[in-house]
Amino acid sequence: MEPGESGAMNCEHCGEHEAEITLTEIEDDEVRTVHLCSTCAALKGVGSGSPSGPPIADLLAHLGASAPDSDFAGDSDSCDYCGTRAREFRRTGRLGCPQCYASFAGQLRALLRRVHGASQHMGKVYVSSAVDIDDAEAKITTLRRRLERAVEIEDFESAAELRDQIHALSGAR
Amino acid sequence: MTDTSLHEQPELNGQGLEWLDEPGSDREIVLSTRVRLARNIQGYPFGARASGEERERLLARAREALSDADVLGPADLWQMTGLDASERTLLLERHLVSRELIADAEGHPPRGAALTLSRDRSLGLMINEEDHLRLQALRGGFQLTRAWQDVDQLDEEIGLRLPYAYHHEFGFLTSCPTNVGTGLRASVLIHLPGLVLTKQIQKILEGMGQLGLTYRGLYGEGSRIVGNFFQVSNQTTLGKTEEDLIDQLEGLVGRVIGYEKKARSVLLREAPSVLEDKVWRAYGILSSARSLPFEEMMNLLSGIRLGVSLKLLKGPRVETISRISIHAQTAHLERAARRRLDETDADVFRATYVREALSGDGGSTD
Repeated sequence: MEPGESGAMNCEHCGEHEAEITLTEIEDDEVRTVHLCSTCAALKGVGSGSPSGPPIADLLAHLGASAPDSDFAGDSDSCDYCGTRAREFRRTGRLGCPQCYASFAGQLRALLRRVHGASQHMGKVYVSSAVDIDDAEAKITTLRRRLERAVEIEDFESAAELRDQIHALSGAR
Repeated sequence: MTDTSLHEQPELNGQGLEWLDEPGSDREIVLSTRVRLARNIQGYPFGARASGEERERLLARAREALSDADVLGPADLWQMTGLDASERTLLLERHLVSRELIADAEGHPPRGAALTLSRDRSLGLMINEEDHLRLQALRGGFQLTRAWQDVDQLDEEIGLRLPYAYHHEFGFLTSCPTNVGTGLRASVLIHLPGLVLTKQIQKILEGMGQLGLTYRGLYGEGSRIVGNFFQVSNQTTLGKTEEDLIDQLEGLVGRVIGYEKKARSVLLREAPSVLEDKVWRAYGILSSARSLPFEEMMNLLSGIRLGVSLKLLKGPRVETISRISIHAQTAHLERAARRRLDETDADVFRATYVREALSGDGGSTD
């Protein structure tokens, strides 16, 4: 806790990286301030981020490498709804839409057990009472996305079919 | 009938800081408590994948649901695109929004991104964040159960009006699988100088990690520890009930508070002169410096906060110290100065603000 301790400086432990963390200690009855980089701070048990557990993408990559494919037999290569690919999910650890949970259920179950120690929700039970109009809207959004993808891959037969379905649903509202 | 009107884009003043004056237990050690629930709406891709149009539609639906929610009462709503960069940072400095809500990868405010706050500011939600909705309850001091009850009630109301994405096995579905299930993250911002000074902090943090808790810096994920403030929260969100997660955090944080108090009394007994010197030096610098970088200020404020709680200093009040730590952040200083400040200017403004705030609170003499 001395004045003028601001500005970029190097880690006092390794001397190599830029110091990011200021640690105040008492040693032999003497108060001192140590400036550390994140690595050395982590070694001293003071971190800048979440200290526990490897990043989720690493976990997923690890699961992908070690688990036999049969574990994920029911999984799709990509999400039917938003087009997120299984590979993409394994790389980023992020899902594209709620539907992805059904598309990648096998991999997710394995991942969730590693991350949370469980894969079964025990909390609040939710029953949607937001009624028909929302369902219709959700359906239309789904169909629109499929239509976009059909046009993208030049599957015009499906596109025409989807367009009719959207019209029918929009008309019904 | 309850007034549930939604006031759009009101002028930003002191909103969201009411908790600073709220009585709560262990205020000297626990600054604030928050509980947030991540929720998504069926039929829309998650935040990162949603198109601008989808985000706008989602905002419209959320707005409609909110204007009808009794528990929120009359509320304010700010769209991020309607605020300038400094105003958006102001909300970040008050811990009301996340970085992701106020800026995309290019630094622009994302389309459809918005913040709602109840008029009493204890309840709010972020719209179009990583998840569609992030419901949050904010309380001063250590008030986990209260904050959970508040946000739970808001969740019940919104869930009636918007169809949440929910799966019988995985629970409430979220963009990142680390939040799935309850979607609940409860956190307590806690000041632990005693454990840092007595070097027990590492052991404590490791212990918390083993028991399913994690910690972050002052500004959440990826932020560093400044001023001996730790944001302690539950690590997992799936496989336990919301009440169990809250109870577990409450119990463990309660124990950490106990250890911190013990560490403080040991310091006071074993090294009183060192401690007193440290506290008074901190006070001396804060009340006389002419240029004060934020981190240095936070570390010194940590010293006087400790001094006040151990009665080594008579003043300022703990609330004043908390208030300084919010108002002496750059966007807040810019607001007071009515102009953008570069780093050098901000450090000078900060020093002036801190000197005035300390002298205005009765000072601290022997």
